[in-house]
Parts: sequence; structure tokens; C-alpha cells
Amino acid sequence: MYDFNYHRPKDIKQAVKILRDSEDGVPMSGGMTLVPTMKQRLAAPSDVVDIAAAAGSGIKASTSKVTIKAGTTHATVASHPGIQKHCPSLAALAGMIGDPHVRNKGTIGGSIANNDPAADYPSACLALAAKIVTNKRTIDADKFFKGLFETALRDNEIITEVEFACPKRGAYAKFPNPASRYAMVGVYVADHGRKGIRVAVTGATDSAHRNKAMEKALTEDFAPGALDSVKVKSDDMNDDIHASADYRAHLVTVMAKRAVAASG
Amino acid sequence: MSDSGIGARVPRKEDHRFITGQGNYTDDINLPKQTYAYFVRSPHAHAKLGRINTKAAEAAPGVVAVFTGKDVEADGIGGLICGWMIHSKDGSPMNAGPHPILASGKVRYVGDHVAVVIAESYAEAKAAAELVEVSYKVLPAVVDTATAATAKASVHDDIPNNTVFNWAIGDEDATAKAFSSASHVTTLDLVNNRLIPNAMEPRAAIGDYDGGSDSFTLYTTSQNPHVARLVLSAFIGIAPEHKLRVIAPDVGGGFGSKIFIYAEETVCVWAAKKVGRPIKWTAGRDEAFLADAHGRDHVSKAELAIDANGKIQALRVKTTANLGAYLSTFASSVPTYLYATLLSGQYNIPNIYAEVDTVYTNTAPVDAYRGAGRPEATYVVERLVETAARELGMDPAEFRSKNFVTEYPHQTPVIMCYDSGDYQDSLDKACALIKYDQFEKRRASSMRKGKMRGIGFSTYIEACGIAPSAAVGSLGAGVGLWESAEVRVNPTGNVEVLTGSHSHGQGHETTFAQLVADRLGIPIDQVEIVHGDTDKVQFGMGTYGSRSGAVGMTAISKALDKVEAKAKKVASHVMEAAEGDIEFKDGSFTVKGTDKAMAFGEVALAAYVAHSFPTDQIEPGLKEGAFHDPANFTFPAGCHICEVEVDPETGVTEIVDWVAVDDFGNIINPNIVEGQVHGGIAQGVGQALTENAVYDSGTGQLLSGSYMDYCMPRASDFPEFRLGFTVTECPTNPLGIKGCGEAGAIAAPAAVMNAVTNAIGVKEMDMPASPLNVWRALNASI
Amino acid sequence: MPEVSMVVNGQNVSGSCEGRTLLVEFLRENLGLTGTHVGCDTSQCGACVVHVNGKAVKACTELAAACDGSKVTTIEGVANGSLHPMQEAFRQHHGLQCGFCTPGMIMAAIDMVNTHGKKLSEDTIRHELEGNICRCTGYHNIVKAIKAGAKKM
Repeated sequence: MYDFNYHRPKDIKQAVKILRDSEDGVPMSGGMTLVPTMKQRLAAPSDVVDIAAAAGSGIKASTSKVTIKAGTTHATVASHPGIQKHCPSLAALAGMIGDPHVRNKGTIGGSIANNDPAADYPSACLALAAKIVTNKRTIDADKFFKGLFETALRDNEIITEVEFACPKRGAYAKFPNPASRYAMVGVYVADHGRKGIRVAVTGATDSAHRNKAMEKALTEDFAPGALDSVKVKSDDMNDDIHASADYRAHLVTVMAKRAVAASG
Repeated sequence: MSDSGIGARVPRKEDHRFITGQGNYTDDINLPKQTYAYFVRSPHAHAKLGRINTKAAEAAPGVVAVFTGKDVEADGIGGLICGWMIHSKDGSPMNAGPHPILASGKVRYVGDHVAVVIAESYAEAKAAAELVEVSYKVLPAVVDTATAATAKASVHDDIPNNTVFNWAIGDEDATAKAFSSASHVTTLDLVNNRLIPNAMEPRAAIGDYDGGSDSFTLYTTSQNPHVARLVLSAFIGIAPEHKLRVIAPDVGGGFGSKIFIYAEETVCVWAAKKVGRPIKWTAGRDEAFLADAHGRDHVSKAELAIDANGKIQALRVKTTANLGAYLSTFASSVPTYLYATLLSGQYNIPNIYAEVDTVYTNTAPVDAYRGAGRPEATYVVERLVETAARELGMDPAEFRSKNFVTEYPHQTPVIMCYDSGDYQDSLDKACALIKYDQFEKRRASSMRKGKMRGIGFSTYIEACGIAPSAAVGSLGAGVGLWESAEVRVNPTGNVEVLTGSHSHGQGHETTFAQLVADRLGIPIDQVEIVHGDTDKVQFGMGTYGSRSGAVGMTAISKALDKVEAKAKKVASHVMEAAEGDIEFKDGSFTVKGTDKAMAFGEVALAAYVAHSFPTDQIEPGLKEGAFHDPANFTFPAGCHICEVEVDPETGVTEIVDWVAVDDFGNIINPNIVEGQVHGGIAQGVGQALTENAVYDSGTGQLLSGSYMDYCMPRASDFPEFRLGFTVTECPTNPLGIKGCGEAGAIAAPAAVMNAVTNAIGVKEMDMPASPLNVWRALNASI
Repeated sequence: MPEVSMVVNGQNVSGSCEGRTLLVEFLRENLGLTGTHVGCDTSQCGACVVHVNGKAVKACTELAAACDGSKVTTIEGVANGSLHPMQEAFRQHHGLQCGFCTPGMIMAAIDMVNTHGKKLSEDTIRHELEGNICRCTGYHNIVKAIKAGAKKM
């Protein structure tokens, strides 16, 4: 790891000022991605601005929506009674991220801002029509995830909280990479009633995305069998030693069916 | 049985320091004025080495020195060696290419050592290593095992066909004849996938030089510190043997990978004198993946000939084994004498012929990894036997029974002479334990859940407790494979045992102490086991090949015989009785027919006080040593049965049950033996289901170079293992014990793959049975 | 260089470290607490698990500077006069062989009980060990040790 200046600002305003004044500063929340990346010398920031405390931890959960402050850890989300009650699929997803020690440190804001193609939370954002609130604006999830490790976030823009719409029913089905346990394919299916059905896929391509064909098929018939008619193309799928593109495409269908089945 | 003697489940003596964080591993040691080494490694699989410019690195903050292969050559330091000579079929010796500790002329695999940077801190050494400018002329890489011999590029320029040797064993003509008259021939193409050992403690070393005594000390993660010292002094020329001390403190797992003498520790000890300060190197896991010796990597075509009565008549196999870019310390012995000599399995096979071609490739060196050759042999035999039974429509258990060796000693056509065993007994017990007769019910029940259930057997045998020195010498070994022990009884009656074996997780401090406590009738906490320091312990051969029980403990047992004999002499004088009338039992010396008695401790004190016996006839003191050279290997054997459920939608294989019934002869500590079996099974299952070292076939880059891509088995990958034991005593050691350390890793891969192929109904499938590979197999068979 | 202060195993400690200094480096090199091990560089093996403010984290993925003001417990700090029940359970059930992963395993196991309670099913234990790799034991006796240790905590 190259050396850097470490900062722990009191609030987001101060964080932004430090970032702005630094040569090549980066915000760090839980550090579960940034620290390993720096250790591998794939990132060499001049300054690391630790915003976990500034972003804060906190959850508000109601029948219709769940609002989570950006510095909230995955473990906190997974074990939160309000989320378990009003949006159990989201709590379940948080409980599948990484391992217990990673869940104790990693935060929702960090995960979303990083947009790792194999991360779990981006699929939740898309399936649960999330609004991603930053220090500057509110961004719809549909417009947030732009591609491989790319998001709509601008320089010095920091996520402060994420607001999820609770679906009437829904589930996240994850096929973990056997080695890393990141999502090799993860599919989040959410039925929002009048507001429609959302199907979000992660791990399969360069960024989490919605599968509109599956959404259409499930709108007509919310049953696993409805997905038999949807052909998932392997063209855009990731291809590596653990899963070929055609296998990943196949898994998208299987995981989607399982998510529908688990949605009850 | 006492609560701490032979056969007792004694909690381990060494555990206290490990569970309280007081273990003392090499990286935990820091010496005054210590510097840190970081190696510049080749980013290319195969390249001509041009100019190396170290100026910028030398000028970097904290840098003490930078060395390259030229410095090594200038100091006359030799290369790493392979200590087992194998001759090809035509009688020519193996082609051993040079193996410099820092590259010379060419680099031959990604991770090959190009230069070393020594600095005040690890971070400074690592940062400066980036400043070493190396010019490479990239050459085409030889990667694939099966085609290496016909590749255009040469890993070693003067070695034709990238071939180390073409070796064979057995009677080719007789085997061919048996095949021509067979009523059924089963043929399989098998790949034994390359593995990366991954002991949890990465390798580490500290080299230190003391100018006052002109002597070196090397702290290192070694399974055999004396062998390391011998090689470093006699072959590499670092220092004379008596001026080099090698200390292997607590070692965090080895599995073979810490037997070998590597470039890094050699550089640390050599360069310590040059910089005049201690040099520490600790591998990152990334370096462990690249540069620890890998395991397995065979491609085989195997055939089994069976007569009309279902009796096996012959086995024939042609194997190509990948030895990587350089010959590691024992690399040549693994795919030859540790492999093909076990191709008879548990079976009476009159004719066996094996050809083994070994090749150089631009990949990390391949050497012994838990089981070393024997898992590869078992995989060939057990996949063949199971497949043959299926093809013949016979029950796989019954087909095995029909062909088992039942009389001992049994001479196989491939050198080994099995000394004892009861293969039917372990098969029967395993079948009973798993309720084999009700398997079809379980299969149907799995089917109702949408899962494909399969069952797989592996009735394995292995030869361990390596090995009779003359025998291995005649086969090419450069060393003898005896073991040493010294039992030092102190005047106060407690005991130190110096053993040439080395524990890196096996629990010798407990097991060996149990033997001593049992024999001398003293409490186990009165016994201390000393190992891992060439200044303390007499020359010993170390721990590998499941030899520390059968060979190492037998050496201790022999030394104990001598201690007892000497103590009896002392006791006879003190108690004024004839030596022949002294009896020793439960820690007490008594005079036959009298009530005279002395406790062991009293005799020890008398031996040192030396007032009561003629010291011109009996020397004072009570300390005896022994060297034990085994008369034969030991032959542990057993039956592992595994049941799997395959999810046909995803290709995921789950192990739902595992029974293992092993024959290790007599058992000293069941806790430790069971632990060895559990760990071995887990490693074997890892090979069969999750682990795979993958190099890019074009560039030779290691694609599975971290835990993000190399799939280590985790707790959730296993059911609770169900173990049983049978006992046939080994006749060639006084304790009647057989080795247990490798059995699980030897048995497991075939059991898993037999179960997976049974579940999904395919004949051939290569390891690992990863979700992707199973899904592909399922979809190919539709 | 940042100055950091923390309470490690009940003792107030402070020292200077670089921004990049990892908690595990601070523990091992500055404080000489070598019971916490480093087994990988990708935050997966769990040999480095310690507790920060009562929660298990991977000390190889934690900046020392980020722990300023925190309460840290390492394997050296869990025994309180006598062995912690989880340490004792690992010994009784032969839950370790080479011992290298053991400190992280024990710290993870204690956290597991703190999170999931004393009655742990075998499935829960195996699942919750996702972030701890052992190469020696096949996990068999680790699972047994954690189950037994949990009951005694």
C-alpha cells in the first residue's frame, strides 16, 4: 500500500472540503473494498477521507419505505427488526454480503458508491426503486448505476442515505462465486403492486441492471414458470474461470425463478 | 489404559500457546537491526532476461541493498537441487535444468525470482522493488501439460522436448498380453488437477549472520530443518554445515509445501552476511500462490483388463506429469516411485505397466503435496474400478471384494510388498455405517426434492512411513529416510525427547509424550518434546509422507529401550540385585520376588549422582539416542464412501454424507488421528469439488492467484464426517502403527468423483466438479 | 504521521503510525501482539480477526488510524484469569492443528455467540464461518468446539 493522509471529518461538509483540497483524495466508508484495492496497489490516493462516522448510521422503516443512512453497516441492516418486518428481502440480502466480519464494517453507502459488478446492494436499489440521496441531490437508482464501477456520482458528491420502497412481496436469490463469495449471479425480484414488478440482476454483467423482459413476463403471471419464455442472452454476460457466459445466462433464469418462488 | 498413555484422547499439550495467541511462528520473530526483503518477480511466464537496472531502487528511501543473479553467481552460490535421480527407460539420467536462486539468463514462470530488495522496512522494500527496471524479451510460454513435449518453445534451451524423463515400471509385454486376452477393457482419460497447497501460514524466513563466530542462523517455515541445512551447506554452498543453524519454530501447516528448499530463504541467509544485518522475508498470499511448489497436475490414459469371471487381469496407464519450470527438491520422485508403485490399489492385479513422461512448463514448480503421488494413483485405480463395475453391471462393492488382496505379505508387480490389512473388513464396516443397502431409498427421496443423488466408493491403499533407506537409495533418493531420537532423562526424573521429526500441526508434542509417559510410567507433563532446531536436535529427516509416527516414534521407542536397559543396570546396583531380576512396570523398578522397588525418578537421580554403581562399568547419566531405519513402508488402507446431491438446475454438488473406515494399525491418540482424517478428507474434497490452479494457456499468467479465484473449501462445504477404524497391526514397527496424515487426501477425490458421476450418470468428468463443470456435463449428456 | 490511541485488551496504548498502517500491523509490530495473524491479502482467510468496539472485524482490512479511540480485543485479551470458555472448548475438542487460523477462529466464534446466542446449530456455525479458512481440521472439530464453547459462555 502506498502511504496517504488519513482524515476523519466530523461531518459531510468537512469531508467535502478535505476532498476538494486534496490532490487525489477518496472517500472511504467501511473500507471493505478500498483497503484491499489499495493493498494491491490498484489505487493510490493522496488522501483517504473516512466518512463512516460523518455519514452516520441509522434506519427508519415503515410499511411503505425503508430509509438507511449511508454509514449503516450490512450487519445492522440484516438484523434490524423494522427492515425484517417491512422489507425482509432487503434484510436477507444484507445478511448475504461478504462474511460476518465484512458485514460488521462494510456500509451501504460504500457498496453503492463503488458499484462493483458483483456487489449485492445495487440489485436491491434497482428492484426496490431506491432513491439515492447525496449531499447535493437525490438520484433515482435507475439513473445511478452507469457501468463497471461507474455511477452517476460527481466529484466530491457523497451518498448520505438510501430510501427503498418496500415491495408487497419480493426476494433476492444469490448464486455466490464459489471462491470469493461475491455474487456470480444475483437476482432481486420485487412486486410493488400497482407500481409494477422489478427484476434486478447483479454479478452477471458489467453492472447491475433491470431485466425488463422478465418484469413483463412476471407482470402477466407472477410465477416461476412465467420466466420459461424469457430468453436470457449470453452476449453481455461476464465470462471467467468460474462461470462461462452461457452458464451465467442460465443462472440468471434459475435465480430469477428461485427469487419468484421465494417471494411467496 | 491410563488417561495419558497410548490410546488415550489426551488434549494437546501444545494447544495452550496457540489458543492464547502465544504461538511462535517465524513471522512473529524479530531480531535486532533486522531488515526486510522483497522479491522482484517475473511478470512473464517465459522471457529472456535483459539488463537489470537497480540504481533507482538503490537510491530509494530505506533501501539497504539490491541483489540480482549476477551477485549470486559472483559469490559462487549454487542453484537449488532436486534430490532424487530418476532414469529414463533408455537408461539416461533425468534432464535437470539449472535452478538459480535469482534468475540468470531467462525467467521461466510468473513469479520467478529476478532480484531482491533489502530495506529498513517491508513497505520500503516493496516500494523500491517497483523501481527495479528489468528488460524482458518475452518468449512463447509452454503451459499445457499434455502438449508440453511437442511445444515449439523450450523451457530450458538445451533440454529437448521439454522432457525431464520418460520413465516406466512394470512388465510391458505381459501386461499387453493380458489386455489382448481380456473379456472386458475399461478405459478412462483422467486429469489430476493442479493444486496450490495453501498452508494458512505463508512461508517466511529470517537470515542472520554472526561475524564473531562466522556462523549463520536461518529461521524458516520448514518441515525438515536438518535437510534444509544439509542442502544449503552441501549443495548450495551457503556455509559449512556446522556454521549454519536452522530453526523451524511453530510452523503453520505444510502439507508438503514446506519440505522444499526455496530461493527466498536461501537468498535471506546468503545476503545476511553481505548486508551484515538480519534479513526477514514473509510471503504475501499472492506470492504463496505464485511461488510455493504446487501439487498434482497429471494427465493420464488408464485401462483396466478384466476376465470373464470379473477378475482384474491387468492395469495399464500412460501419464504425463507437469513438473513446472524447475525441478523442486523431491519433484522427480512424486510421479514415479510415490505414484506408480501404488497402482495395484487394494487389488490382486497380476500385470501392471505404467509409463510416466514428465515435462517442464512455464509454470510454478510442482512437488509433493499431501499424499504426493498416492492420491494420483488412487484416483486412477479407484475411478477405473468403479467405472469397470458399472460397465460390467456389477455392484461396485462386490466387484472390489472379488478382487481384493486377502493374503499377506502380498507382492505387487510394482515393487510394493503389502505387509498387513483387511480390506473386506473396512469395506463392510463402511457399508454398514452408511447403510449402503438403503441407498436407493435415499436416492429416490433426493429425487423427490429435485436433486440427483450419487454414491461413490474409494477403497484406497497408500505406502507411507517413508522409507527403508537402502530401498529408496536403490531407486534414486539422494538421502536415507531413517529418523533419529534422543531421550534425555534429567536427574529429577523428567524427560526431554529430541526428535528429528517436526510438527507443523500434527501434535507431536502430545503424541510422542504419550508414548514416553506410557513407557516410563511418568506423568505426561513430565515429558517435553524438542524439535525444529539443528543446534539442539541431532540430525533428523523431518516430517512428511506420514512418517513421524511409524518412523519417528519408533526411533523414540528404540531410545526408550536403551534408557530402560541402562536404568535397570543402575537399579540393580542400587537395590543390590542381579540385573536379570530387575523388572520395570508402571514407572517402578522392582526386584523379582522381593518388595524392593525404586521409582523411575529415583533411578534417574541415582544414575546422575553415580554413588552406587561402578562408573568404570556403567557410565553415569541417563541419556540414550537411537536411529531407526524402517524395514518397509507401512500400508494404511481403508474405505471412504461419499454421498452427494447434485442440483441439476445449477450444477451445485453438495456432500450430504461421508463415512470413512480406516486401518492405521494401533492408534496413539484417537483425537489427533481423527483430526488428521478430517483434514485430509477436506483437502481431497477441495481437489474434487472446488480447488483448481488455472494458468492462462497462452500467456502463462496464473488466473487463480488469490482466494478471490482459488476456491478454498469452507466449513459450509462439508457434512459431519463419520469415522470408523479397523486394526491390523503393522508388523515392521514395535508400535504396530501405520501413518494417518495423508489417507483422507488420498481417498477422497475418487470417492467424490465416483459419487458425482454416479449421480449425474456420466462416465468421464474431470476435477473439480465445480458448478460450471457439472452443469456442462449435465448439458452435454442430455 | 498520525498519533493513535486505543484501548487494547484493557490497556491504554498510543503510538504514531502512517496513514496506511493496518490495525494488524499496529498490533503485531507496534504492540508486539503477534497472536493476530495474517494469512491472506484479500480479506478472506480470517486469521486476523479481532474485536473492535465489541464487533469482529478483519484487522488486515482496518486502518489503525480509523481505530483511534476504539476498544480493541485480540486473542491475547480474551482470557480473564482463566481461559475463555471458547479457548477451552477448542482445546477440549481438538479444534486446532497448526494453530495459525486459531486466534481468528476463536475471535470469530466469540462474536458468533454474541450475535446469535449460545444455542448455535451446526448449520449456523458452518455458515457463519464463511470468513474463516482453516486448512488443517476440515472444520469438523472447530464446529464441535464452537457449539460446546457457546453453551459455556
